[in-house]
Amino acid sequence: MTTQALAQVLASGLLMGLIYALIAVGLSLIFGLMDVVNFAHGEFLMIAMYATFGLVLATQLDPVVLMPLVAALLFALGGASYLGVVRFAMRAKANQGMVQIFATFGLAILLQGVAQYLFTPDYRNVQNTWLGGRTLEVGGVFLPWPQIFGAVVSLAAFGGLHLLMSRTDFGRALEATREDQGAVALVGIDRNRVFALGWGLGAALVGLAGAVLAVFYYIHPQVGASFALIAYVTVALGGFGSVAGALVAGVIVGLVEAFTAVILPPALKSVGVYALYLAVVFVRPQGLFGRL
Amino acid sequence: MTSTTLPAPAAVPATASAARAFAAKRRRTLLVGLVVFAGMAALPYLVRDVYLQNVLILTVMYAALSQSWNILGGYCGQISLGHALYFGLGAYFTSVLFVTYGVVPWGGMLAGGLASAGVALLLGWPCFRLAGHYFSIATIVIAEIGLLLVHNWDFVGGAMGIQWPFNPDSWWTLQFARDKVPYFHFALGLFVAVWFVTYLIEDSRWGYWWRAVKDDAQAAESLGVEVFRSKMAAAAVSAFFTAIGGGFYAAYVSYIDPESVMSFRFSLLFALPAVLGGIGTLWGALVGAAILIPLTEISRSYLGGTGSGLDLILYGLLVMLVALARPEGVLSLFKRTRTARNQEAAP
Repeated sequence: MTTQALAQVLASGLLMGLIYALIAVGLSLIFGLMDVVNFAHGEFLMIAMYATFGLVLATQLDPVVLMPLVAALLFALGGASYLGVVRFAMRAKANQGMVQIFATFGLAILLQGVAQYLFTPDYRNVQNTWLGGRTLEVGGVFLPWPQIFGAVVSLAAFGGLHLLMSRTDFGRALEATREDQGAVALVGIDRNRVFALGWGLGAALVGLAGAVLAVFYYIHPQVGASFALIAYVTVALGGFGSVAGALVAGVIVGLVEAFTAVILPPALKSVGVYALYLAVVFVRPQGLFGRL
Repeated sequence: MTSTTLPAPAAVPATASAARAFAAKRRRTLLVGLVVFAGMAALPYLVRDVYLQNVLILTVMYAALSQSWNILGGYCGQISLGHALYFGLGAYFTSVLFVTYGVVPWGGMLAGGLASAGVALLLGWPCFRLAGHYFSIATIVIAEIGLLLVHNWDFVGGAMGIQWPFNPDSWWTLQFARDKVPYFHFALGLFVAVWFVTYLIEDSRWGYWWRAVKDDAQAAESLGVEVFRSKMAAAAVSAFFTAIGGGFYAAYVSYIDPESVMSFRFSLLFALPAVLGGIGTLWGALVGAAILIPLTEISRSYLGGTGSGLDLILYGLLVMLVALARPEGVLSLFKRTRTARNQEAAP
């Protein structure tokens, strides 16, 4: 492999990895907050992509401009999912783990149905965007602008999340609730409110990822499923609940996928990622940065 | 504390009568089983409509598959969401052996079942180090790897899949083009076999171990339960029967491709009936399948053909309701009244 080809694979893997990290971080955040795995996470991403598509059609504005609006919509979807579904799943007295799995799975299927009902099962894409189809050439390495933009958004989102968690009252309430759910009630924090806002925040983050992906990826009702598995793998690899772990693991996943695609047929590019994930959790069940 | 001061003779008849009552209850369960299965065997003669017969066959097949899942997920508490792997192994073993090598499906199912049990042991060795969600996600990922590999493996047909040749009706090759009734009886036979194995396990050492592992693995370990071996045994039995179900499905539909036997939705479909009916119970999977499968099949044929997504919306709502409305399963509706009755009867 020439140096140039190597640099190309590294750069593509890094950019995609940062986008994977942005997809996964919301999942990790919610798990860290309340020990719930959201099996509708991929469908949140899919809804964000369709929201971008729909808003672009309706307003004729560019996805870059619409991104905050998509994030806000997803914030509402996340909060509503907690208040309407997950809150009840957490009340189950028997088989709680299973109830959470199937309640969020049901939500995932429901969201797929809603997307198919509103937009048909056809493949869609957002056309005539500012970034779509443009590439940046640096010393013979070609970088697509949508991915560069996505990587920048991802880094900005991780920076913003870090500030939010460490500098604001909401962030501190979030951190306190994940430390001890029972004790926070004693100091006057409404646990349900924190959980709902946490779900909103997690969904808003995947909303940003959806707005980014909509520029360069096909949109269809099942699109979430393929990204969801990558997101679970990323979160498990980094350690459930660890925000920094999601960032590092996302980049690792992006790089491994890019290199696997060079060695194996492209259809098997995920196999490298899955194999790496299994190898890590078999040796270190809590993931790279997780606590057991 | 007080038990040591109790006179010993008084305790002995109490245990003996409890054991007798327990044995009587076991016999009753078996008798109920025989009556239910005899009734079910007559069903396809009462329902002559081919479409409804198809729904019946799928219902009993999913009941058998869900009961197989139940052995690991319900009794031993290990929530696998990757059983599509074993289903696919069974389907592919049976199809490849029959179509390429001319081995009758019975042999293929047995080979697929044994191979799946072996794979389950091989995968269980690392996977059972993981607990809770970590375990469930690992099972999803492993099944997905299997799907990707089969998809890219030309020897087993790759993405094209395997078409079974047309054969005259025969129990030997499990091909019945004219009449679906034999398929129903095969599926019922499989369910009865899994049910009976579960019945035997319930009162065996393994059964008690598995339930102890499910309730609290650490506490069980400290009481001398071999947790790891329990999980391995449950996984092997569960995978064996799931693969036989996969072989049956291949024979029934006569055409398989990777997505039609190994996709994630199958893993979900094996778990749901048991969850709906009541996990870790003898009858939960059948009750759950009898509610879930006809509902989804009928809503799919009425709403799904249009591609409007309404069938998915309905199915999603149903799954959510199943999980939220009755976490202990439908069967617990009856069980609760019986417990209440016993409590009233007790002094």
